[in-house]
Amino acid sequence: MCARRSRAHAFFTDDPRPVTSDTAPALLELHGLHKAFTGVAALVDARLSLRAGEIHALMGQNGAGKSTLIKVLTGVYPPDAGTMRLAGQPIRPGSPQQAQALGISTVYQEVNLCPNLSVAENIAAGRMPRRWGWIDWRAVQRSARSALERLRLDIDPGRTLGECPVAVQQMVAIARAVSLDARVLVLDEPTSSLDETETARLFEVMRTLRDAGVAILFVTHFLDQAYAMADRLTVMRNGRTVGEHRCADLPRLALVEQMVGRSLDAGDLAARRAAASHPVPLLAARGLGRRGSVEPMDLDVRGGEVLGLAGLLGSGRTETARLLFGADRADHGTVTLDGRPLVLHSPRDALRAGLAFCPEERKTDGIVAELSVRENILLALQARRGVFDHLGAAEQQALAQRFITLLGIKTADAGMPIGQLSGGNQQKAILARWLATEPRLLILDEPTRGIDVAAKQEIMDQVLKLCDAGLAIVFISSELGEVLRTSQRVVVLRERRKVAELGLHEGHDALDEQRVLRIIAGADAPAPARAGAAA
Amino acid sequence: MNRARLAALTRSPQFWPLAVLAALLAVNGLFNPGFFSLAWRDGHLYGALVDILNRAAPLMTVALGMTVVIATRGIDISVGAVVAIAAAVAASLIGGKLVIVDGQQIHAPSVAMPLALLAALAAAALCGLFNGVLVASVGIQPIIATLILMVAGRGIAQLITGGQIITIYHPPYFFIGAGHLLGLPFALWLVAALLALMAWLKHRTALGLFIQASGGNPAAARLSGINARGLLIAVYAFCGLTAGIAGLMISSNVKSADGNNAGQLLELDAILAVTLGGTSLLGGRFSLRGSVLGALIIQTLTTSIYSLGVPPEVNLVVKAVVVFAVCLVQSPELRSWLTKRRVAA
Repeated sequence: MCARRSRAHAFFTDDPRPVTSDTAPALLELHGLHKAFTGVAALVDARLSLRAGEIHALMGQNGAGKSTLIKVLTGVYPPDAGTMRLAGQPIRPGSPQQAQALGISTVYQEVNLCPNLSVAENIAAGRMPRRWGWIDWRAVQRSARSALERLRLDIDPGRTLGECPVAVQQMVAIARAVSLDARVLVLDEPTSSLDETETARLFEVMRTLRDAGVAILFVTHFLDQAYAMADRLTVMRNGRTVGEHRCADLPRLALVEQMVGRSLDAGDLAARRAAASHPVPLLAARGLGRRGSVEPMDLDVRGGEVLGLAGLLGSGRTETARLLFGADRADHGTVTLDGRPLVLHSPRDALRAGLAFCPEERKTDGIVAELSVRENILLALQARRGVFDHLGAAEQQALAQRFITLLGIKTADAGMPIGQLSGGNQQKAILARWLATEPRLLILDEPTRGIDVAAKQEIMDQVLKLCDAGLAIVFISSELGEVLRTSQRVVVLRERRKVAELGLHEGHDALDEQRVLRIIAGADAPAPARAGAAA
Repeated sequence: MNRARLAALTRSPQFWPLAVLAALLAVNGLFNPGFFSLAWRDGHLYGALVDILNRAAPLMTVALGMTVVIATRGIDISVGAVVAIAAAVAASLIGGKLVIVDGQQIHAPSVAMPLALLAALAAAALCGLFNGVLVASVGIQPIIATLILMVAGRGIAQLITGGQIITIYHPPYFFIGAGHLLGLPFALWLVAALLALMAWLKHRTALGLFIQASGGNPAAARLSGINARGLLIAVYAFCGLTAGIAGLMISSNVKSADGNNAGQLLELDAILAVTLGGTSLLGGRFSLRGSVLGALIIQTLTTSIYSLGVPPEVNLVVKAVVVFAVCLVQSPELRSWLTKRRVAA
């Protein structure tokens, strides 16, 4: 395992707990996996080793490559390079069905069963026991009951699945996976929609399965749960496996550090631009919150300032951004712009007030793939001008061309469908869409995710130039180093609430990386926070 | 013409609908030598081509409205019923009575004609508005939302007509569906005006961009500040309005309103016309010209089946076969497969 350390390990030369070298043989071994999508690397030398009878946590931020790794493992994507071995035999599943046949079953985050069928039908679907060509319904019931009993679950197999609570549906999905004689069970964020008692119940089932010798890969972004359940864990970042550890050996802080990465150059912090921000906040939120999304919080954003939102995946960063833009409606609190109350019922209200929002999911929330680069760029500006104040063809072309040049968007011409551009160029065009509205406040949610390094730098340079010109920016990124390098102030979120606000005005070391890491991990919280279950 | 230019031409979105229409017309010309001849009689233009255009007018009208609905990822299967409602409203208001004044028969309208037309169109737009609210505000799937009015609409139309076929006796009303202006059927002028208006809205206002963005990616359109709800409601209301215009054309042409049968299955022909014209049912990019061409293909096909003497029992089968062929020709998968085979051979 240590023989071929990837370059990512250079970041962790002082890694407190190197990879444990247990001698137990691995049931599943993934080695040197590579996968790229249209030139963007999603997996770079990813590794994973699972043992029979262990719960193994897979940790990492957004875009770390967890989902891609699972999809390669379960045959959804073929890997570009690398080997996969199950019990010593090389495998190469070409589809989830083939992976299942090999004994690798997956339960996805969103339960993907048929809610209109019964529990028993769902468990047996696709391999109904037959008698003389007809489905043997008694055998269906019987096998479902025994599958549920194996997990010590008391669920009526005849019940319609859709009527069961989500937790039960999740259990049924696991029962189905296990009844396929799974040797490896992949649970992708299984607890994200469960409450505490449901989670406890799921954990019981997981322990039962572990004791029965199943290797469980537990993907989660909850540190507490990983520590409570897992024997070992693997950390991924930027498509690489950056560490494999026994949970008992790895302090929380070290784990968070591995997940968010450490800035390459600590000296960068001191050399940051002087905070020339306006003393009076441009936008002020007081007690802004939404039930089930983020707890009420106060936020100030000043002109000429970058406000960073830091925190782990699921800490409420994106949710906060959506509230600020009116994409979700807040049920608590008020927002003022220049001291005047601002009603944010929809993105339309935000747009009119001079707010802009580059969303995290470029494909689903950003681009309109079949429309041209030009149309995509002028969409928000035209929405603000209304239906009848139409930009003429010449104006449209000039506007598009200006931003294509300014941001260096690589496209054959402005009329090309944006779907044919690379991810980085699509992202630049979405940025152009919002810059074209000449906003006063720009919210950037993971603006540099999934794009190559050069485009990343270009985008950040442009944004900072605008900031110097007086634009207020709210910046969200899973790369902590990027947030700290860019922001004058940082708000730290944990478990859907604001836990700290740190500013350069408190002194140069206010945004010290170690300090912020401790707050993110909950190891040194200035504000009261729920204590971790096991650290 | 060289190869590259030919290839570029075949990629133009209206190429295949146009080619199909041309082929259909050519077949007609082959079997019916007088097919292309036009004659000027009594100040009107006569001929098979004019006849096809005239008969296609209601379908073209409805297809144009359907196009924008489909562009938003929606569908409106209630247009046939809305045609019946508009026809019923107009007929019941204007139908008129045969009264005998001073020994002479006079057809007296019950309500002034402009008022009746306005009421019919308002009723149709209201139906569309109802659909739009169900889809945009209540969040019902378009096919289910408009299914409600598709079923209920026929009932409403029959309530208005009292379950009877209302005969219209008011001659000025016949002008809409059977009159002529500058030698051409008046209905064609209506279609031309509608097409011009919609083309203007699409290209000279931001509506075209907003509709295509909302259909292409609703989440992105909303986050870009487009008022998706208002847009959807307006689009469905407009579609209802076009169905109302078609209802006036049809009832005027047959001088009666039949709540049960007016516009029967028109929704399916309209959807087919839009599809033949190259607008995807998945929403996004739409083509008004394409939908008009699609409607003309359907009408030409119907007319040729009759004029070529295909037995009426099999004409639906013939229609289906041609439509199937057109869809195949337009399928990019099939074409790339054929090209690949040709290269391989």
